[in-house]
Amino acid sequence: MPVNPELQGRVFAPTAPYLVGREKIREFARAVFATSPLNHDPEAARAAGYSDIVAPPTFPVVVQEATLQQLLAEPDGGIDFSRVVHGEQRFSYTRAIVAGDELTATLAVSSIKTLGGNAMVTAESTIVDQTGAHVVTATSTLVVRGDE
Amino acid sequence: MIAELGEIVAEKTFVLTRDSLVRYAGASGDFNAIHYRDDVAQSVGLPGVLAHGMLTMGLAVQPVVDWIGDPAKVLDYQVRFTRPVVVDPVDGATVTVVAKVGALTDAEIRIDLTVTFADQTVLGKAQARVSLA
Repeated sequence: MPVNPELQGRVFAPTAPYLVGREKIREFARAVFATSPLNHDPEAARAAGYSDIVAPPTFPVVVQEATLQQLLAEPDGGIDFSRVVHGEQRFSYTRAIVAGDELTATLAVSSIKTLGGNAMVTAESTIVDQTGAHVVTATSTLVVRGDE
Repeated sequence: MIAELGEIVAEKTFVLTRDSLVRYAGASGDFNAIHYRDDVAQSVGLPGVLAHGMLTMGLAVQPVVDWIGDPAKVLDYQVRFTRPVVVDPVDGATVTVVAKVGALTDAEIRIDLTVTFADQTVLGKAQARVSLA
């Protein structure tokens, strides 16, 4: 089944709140070779004006992941995960994520384009904190390869 | 912060091993087997186990973060995944990042990243906008 063009414009239910743990940020920071003291040391982060340690720039992918699972699981979506390649990724930040944040993500499919038998699905995950304030928008373009 | 258009503000080389991929899988939650199993990678026509694109994206911005001194000063960060990084089980993969000033205003700088593996660029349009405030 090819990707359903009617997915364009669809908005999904907000994900369950994700509580950002300090050790999770440290674990992620080690994995992406992030050595800034602000990623690891609460005192350094507080001295720089943050309430706790700051997540590396690509950390929102951890929260975004749950929204992409929603997209792939959509019954009428027609997205075959074994044919999906990550094409593009973008993060647009209002502020950085810090330990203690409780984040909720809402996915919207912003565009579906067909190019040479492949489908390009662009999905925007809007991530807000426990007060509803915007933190970051994570945008992924997934390339779904067509039949050879 | 003093920077000029075209200036290289950071340059760094990262060596990825299979251990790095397992570590990133755990930290990110992306357990796609093409990132740690040769048999699975080969069965879907890949030349070998690949680094997660998001791992390459994640490490590529770190020299910029070190240069500005604060991860929260990154306002926007985007990449296009153009070529895979194949991680050899013995030798790993060496990824080189060069960060250059691509645009400059009083308030912010756009850093353009050139990320290469085996003499080929692996990320396209890799740009980070950073605040000077």
